[in-house]
Amino acid sequence: MPVDILMPALSPTMEEGTLSKWLKKEGDTVKSGDIIAEIETDKATMEVEAVDEGILSRIVVPEGTEGVKVNAIIAVLAEDGENIQSPARPRESGDPAPEKVPEPDPRLRGEERTMESPPAARALRDHSLPEGTTFTETTVRDALRDAMAEEMRRDERVFVMGEEVAQYQGAYKVTRELLQEFGERRVIDTPITEHGFAGLGVGAAFAGLRPVVEFMTFNFAMQAIDHIINSAAKTLYMSGGQMGCPIVFRGPNGAASRVGAQHSQDYSAWYAQIPGLKVVAPYDAADAKGLLKAAIRDPNPVVFLEHELLYGQSFPVPDMDDFVLPIGKAAVKREGTDVTLVAHSRMVGFALQAAERLAEEGISAEVIDLRTLRPLDTDTVVESVKKTSRLVCCEEGWRFMGVGAEIAATVVAEAFDYLDAPPIRVHQKDVPLPYAANLEALSLPNADDIVAAAKKVCEGAV
Amino acid sequence: MATKPKGSKKTPAKASKADMLKFYRDMLLIRRFEEKAGQLYGMGKIAGFCHLYIGQEAVVTGMQACLKDGDQIITGYRDHGHMLACDMDPRGVMAELTGRIGGLSKGKGGSMHMFSKEKNFYGGHGIVGAQVPLGTGLAFANKYRGNDNISVAYFGDGAANQGQVYEAFNMASLWKLPVIYVIENNMYAMGTSVERHASEVELFKRGISFEIEGEEVDGMDVLAVREAGEKAVKHAREGKGPYILEMKTYRYRGHSMSDPAKYRKREEVDDIRTHHDPIEGLKGQIIEQGHATEDDLKKIDNEIKARVKEAADYSLESPEPDPSELWTDVLIEGAV
Repeated sequence: MPVDILMPALSPTMEEGTLSKWLKKEGDTVKSGDIIAEIETDKATMEVEAVDEGILSRIVVPEGTEGVKVNAIIAVLAEDGENIQSPARPRESGDPAPEKVPEPDPRLRGEERTMESPPAARALRDHSLPEGTTFTETTVRDALRDAMAEEMRRDERVFVMGEEVAQYQGAYKVTRELLQEFGERRVIDTPITEHGFAGLGVGAAFAGLRPVVEFMTFNFAMQAIDHIINSAAKTLYMSGGQMGCPIVFRGPNGAASRVGAQHSQDYSAWYAQIPGLKVVAPYDAADAKGLLKAAIRDPNPVVFLEHELLYGQSFPVPDMDDFVLPIGKAAVKREGTDVTLVAHSRMVGFALQAAERLAEEGISAEVIDLRTLRPLDTDTVVESVKKTSRLVCCEEGWRFMGVGAEIAATVVAEAFDYLDAPPIRVHQKDVPLPYAANLEALSLPNADDIVAAAKKVCEGAV
Repeated sequence: MATKPKGSKKTPAKASKADMLKFYRDMLLIRRFEEKAGQLYGMGKIAGFCHLYIGQEAVVTGMQACLKDGDQIITGYRDHGHMLACDMDPRGVMAELTGRIGGLSKGKGGSMHMFSKEKNFYGGHGIVGAQVPLGTGLAFANKYRGNDNISVAYFGDGAANQGQVYEAFNMASLWKLPVIYVIENNMYAMGTSVERHASEVELFKRGISFEIEGEEVDGMDVLAVREAGEKAVKHAREGKGPYILEMKTYRYRGHSMSDPAKYRKREEVDDIRTHHDPIEGLKGQIIEQGHATEDDLKKIDNEIKARVKEAADYSLESPEPDPSELWTDVLIEGAV
């Protein structure tokens, strides 16, 4: 009975990949455990092992094919003695292998579409760029890598350390090819020892080096948070200004996809509360690049919060030799007149989607990307609210004591008379992040929530 | 691997007259400074936490004699002695204790948080054990730069139980970092004796599973400390990686000024003071070897007292920081 071999997923977020190589050819005998093919995504490469025994009767997807969907049939395995030319048997109901995975709630997957930055937003942001600047579509992942590589070329004191940053090329491939260019002296694989290597990095920064410490995710930085706060953030003050700590702590923050509560937390509010730190959380690739370069040059400790679900998204990045953005400046990503949507990191994408949908319903939303959480550019937010009179604060983290609370309080204090409605917060539900697809989708905020909040805050006005 | 000196019959370490007199002077400065700090604390001039180094003076004095320009040191919260040994101004240290603008951190750090880039003193850290990875990072920087400097990370028997110490040991040994871990085993982690807090009380063995050599040293004998220190420094400077020195020492005072010391008997303290005091021990050797007379040493004593008095006076005369200092030194301005 022929068995279908399906395109496997390398990670919960993978939707498609490249079938880079077949290691078996049609007619070969395959035993379970044999490596039959190699597949890759922009994040990783993996070997495909046979699960069943038999003869590789037909290769459906030839090697070199890109964009192969997860769970697509890539080959057919025939049992010994079967007609190796026979196609795979059509599935019957009750077949244990599902014909296709049930699509998750579109609420969950909506954001996975590659989002084009509206040209208007681009023009707004780039007014500081020289006339005629050209752009290259770049993933957030590569923009971050390019930022590190450029700063490492520029300054010999800059080095990168963390788990799997060197030989493995980065757990999320953000440090891809840095080892090849800069060698193992400056691209350093650490043991799994967050508290230890964060402290070691801070010590090296005290001594005048410029460490970029990667946490595989910020969830693991909780093991190291004492050094981030007590050693890195406070020492300049405690030393009366003598002992600076020029270090960057970076890595993915917030919810990934289907990895459960311990691997899905947004630490924005945690770090943004600490005097002595700068906290950056960009959305698009240009900001990721320009702000990471600024963070590496900054003489202060910078917590740089990335987002795993943005790594693979592409955005235009200016073709400039040295594109550096100022830390502490928000960006208006879309102009509007009826309501201000404030967001950072991945929520900016949802806010832009929401603004698009609101426009169809006659509501003009202005989208502000905070980009930096400390120091927080409240001026840009307050100026916008003075124009729109309505505020929706969007964050991926929990509402309680969150970033949205800080922004709402600031706006109420500084633009109370301009407000036509109480600000509304969009946020994660007040529970640890669940694993089940439907519950996860219910827990996390998305564009629908922002649209609903914007309509509510605009009730009676438009 | 871990080695222990063979009994107490070890040949006493030798030193020149000049060295012995310098050590005497340096240890006495720490002793008198700390006594004065204790006094000012009692008078309410020093507040908060204040951990005195009295009894442990030989450790940092002996180690400091092994270092050269550019070598860095870092320690925990019992740090006054280390700063004086690094030749930081006693006036600045005392004025920090009194919380005045003349303090080394402009009064914003306090007893546990002082630093001097100029003297290569990297703190002064209040979180138990934090200085161990930080000090390992200093060593990392030396190796990265390819110089032959080393770092010395001091920590106590209590800190020796922190997980991050072993995370640092592992990386230091794995990457052959030039760092010396000096465990100042003063027998008590706050009020908990080493027998009650450590499953292996011979702390110099704590590096065995990381392939780090370690040895036990009489931390009440400054010459023994220097001898062991020189061996460890040579090891680290030659690129052979980290080294552990467990200094058996003792603090005469409580863990901090607020410690009633109910966990040990008065006789235990008296016995150490009478028979193992590092300053009295060295003084005996100096006189016995004819390097100085009681009168000569008395003169040194008076000079030190005068220096400490000057520091105390300064610390009381220096004004409190200007209110505007509240807002400075949070971030380095003018970034990028």
